[in-house]
Amino acid sequence: MKLKSLALAVAAASALAGAAPAFAQAKEQFIPVLSYRTGAYAPNGTPWANGYVDYLKLVNARGGINGVKLSFEECETGYDTARSVECYERLKGKGGGASLVQPLSTGATFAITEKAPIDKIPVVTVGYGRSESADGTVFKWNFPIAGTYWVAADAIIQAIAKKEGGLDKLKGKKIALIYHDSPYGKEPIPLLQERAKMHGFDLQLLPVTAPGVEQKATWLQVRQARPDYVLLWGWGVMNSTALKEAQATGYAREKMYGVWWAGAEPDVKDVGDGAKGYNAVTMQHGAEPQSKLVKDVVSMLHDKNQGTGPKEEVGQVLYMRGAMSAMLGVEGIRAAQERFGKGKVMTGEQVRWGLENLNLTQAKLDGLGFAGVMRPISTSCTDHMGAAWARIHTWDGKAWKFTSDWLQADEQIIKPLVKSTAAKYAAEKKLTARTPADCQS
Amino acid sequence: MFYRENGQFKTSYRADQQVFPILQDRVAIGLVLIFAFAVVPFLASDYLMRAILIPFVIISLAALGVNVLVGYCGQISLGSGAFMAVGAYGAYNFFVRFPGLPLIPALILGGLCATLFGILFGLPSLRVKGLYLAVATLAAQFFSDWMFLRIKWFTLDTPSGSVSVSNLQVFGWPIESAASKYLLCLVVLVVVAVLTKNLVRGAIGREWMAIRDMDVAAAVIGIRPMYAKLSAFAVSSFIIGVAGALWAFVYLGAWEPAAFSVDQSFRLLFMVIIGGLGSITGAFFGAAFITVLPIVLNQALPVIAGWFGAQISTVGIAHAELMIFGGLIVWFLIVEPHGLAKLWSTGKQKLRLWPFPH
Repeated sequence: MKLKSLALAVAAASALAGAAPAFAQAKEQFIPVLSYRTGAYAPNGTPWANGYVDYLKLVNARGGINGVKLSFEECETGYDTARSVECYERLKGKGGGASLVQPLSTGATFAITEKAPIDKIPVVTVGYGRSESADGTVFKWNFPIAGTYWVAADAIIQAIAKKEGGLDKLKGKKIALIYHDSPYGKEPIPLLQERAKMHGFDLQLLPVTAPGVEQKATWLQVRQARPDYVLLWGWGVMNSTALKEAQATGYAREKMYGVWWAGAEPDVKDVGDGAKGYNAVTMQHGAEPQSKLVKDVVSMLHDKNQGTGPKEEVGQVLYMRGAMSAMLGVEGIRAAQERFGKGKVMTGEQVRWGLENLNLTQAKLDGLGFAGVMRPISTSCTDHMGAAWARIHTWDGKAWKFTSDWLQADEQIIKPLVKSTAAKYAAEKKLTARTPADCQS
Repeated sequence: MFYRENGQFKTSYRADQQVFPILQDRVAIGLVLIFAFAVVPFLASDYLMRAILIPFVIISLAALGVNVLVGYCGQISLGSGAFMAVGAYGAYNFFVRFPGLPLIPALILGGLCATLFGILFGLPSLRVKGLYLAVATLAAQFFSDWMFLRIKWFTLDTPSGSVSVSNLQVFGWPIESAASKYLLCLVVLVVVAVLTKNLVRGAIGREWMAIRDMDVAAAVIGIRPMYAKLSAFAVSSFIIGVAGALWAFVYLGAWEPAAFSVDQSFRLLFMVIIGGLGSITGAFFGAAFITVLPIVLNQALPVIAGWFGAQISTVGIAHAELMIFGGLIVWFLIVEPHGLAKLWSTGKQKLRLWPFPH
């Protein structure tokens, strides 16, 4: 090759590397958006990201947080942990410093959990991440607001018990957990084992290798063991594959319960009628096309061609999850402003305080357009989760419909489990639990 | 002109056998080292160090290890990700199970675990070669995936199967800031690179290359194939193991087996092929090409689109990144099938005659 053209190429490349993307303006609250719109998990990652970004835009359209506008930048992770860490490092210092980060992947949550305390950036994991991080005395910077996998698992067991006519009826039953073989899929196991011990049901663990397309062997085991119920802890393509396999195996979809990441439209759309009767636990909300929030998004953004993603997907399950995740982060910033000065840009540490002192009453939720979508949430220094409510919704072939009342995860089981697991983490890391004085800071 | 060696006469064997026999090379390498050690930590931003330089340095180390095996000994391996994983989990187990064990010995012990693992999975190389061996080493990859997902002992029974480390320090010096992490990885890289360079120049390296070029002929002249192949597996997996431990400890902090998936093995193999088989510098070029270029593209594309007044979506960037990256791989391999290192040495050759080429 000609040396001259090589030299040119190198010069061009270095010029590109030097050109830093434009920085956001000052006096804006910066929020990094880690999302995945490509790769094996894109069908599920995209609606979440659309909801998340739309909500941030909506806050700006409504005039910001007490006048402080939000700025944000998206970074594509492809659900890859190393790439997520790169995105986190890229965005954490932008726009005067990231207010909070939502990694949207359990693997990335684990990696960023180790970095956030040093960078002083709160890690908000709405409905995912590590379950024991609900203990704020050990995990100062983690906020699994509104639910963890233990809440999801507990709610499912309760729903099954209700169907059977009481928790004591679970004795001798066989419940299989088909899970994504990663930290994400393994999260519910400790709780399920605890419940199995309490009620005497038989828990079968059936792992599926990521991304989850290959499930033939797993469903052969299901066919063999004939479990009374199947819990599905999948994400992305794994969910629809599982439903198709269930159909092929002849396993009743009515007896299948998915986690909230296995209960959205992309999971069942392709299976259509084959998924009829399939249940999934919700993280408070389901598909909410009638909510005020959705109407606001449509009228203030999509009707003005400023929306993100297709208009008809606004209000679907994962879209709502994204919007709710963004809302909880934004409300954390608002709570921080109430203490540290309204109309000011908050630092990561101040936002952390705000997230720890969230008090979303019904009136506030109604004002934000979340009426009927979710229940009030209040967090504290010790409790970074704030609420443990869930519902079950069922796919009727065309849409998700709620089929249960509100279920609250049993604190008596979750609390000791959170405490002991968090204590183990603290011991490993040689962390001391936070003092009451630290709670006020 | 730049590489004219007029007047550089060697008067002793020592001088003739130097790693860098040309004065200009010695000066250049010295300057690069000074720059990397003394200038970069002060100039580079936190992001540049944490998200680009540290992964680049660690992956270079891994690529170096792969190059020993694939480039110098000719044993194609698709198990590099597994060797990294064994190094990472090995170091983790030593680090956590023996309180008070310093970081450096833990890294070395992790490397030694990978060595044993590598020798074990190198045994098929005594019977099969080439693509067949690649498939055989793929077994190492699947075995390690299975092992670290299923055998709870390795992850200390953590419910989620994800492990993490913290409070790293070397000789009482905390490895927390970006600069300290970068310098630690760089020191390891430089030490290993110097040792490897000497190893491949020495008797062992010559045995490896003889095996690579024609194993039957090598056996005829008295090289023991078993010893040569297994030693290549041992050295290579030790280096890859140390790199894996650094990747887990220093870069990620918390990890799961997916961090060392089969993708990582493929990427490492591509790195040595694109960088240049059988070349130490090739490992660096390859690592830069595969790890840094996508990130540069990812950040440069919106800027370039901005120059033309165009807006490009996140998905658009991600797809364009893949397309351009794939295109570049093809282009480079067509232009120079022997890799970027060969390109560099061709450039050097031209600089020698510049400005009077013939």
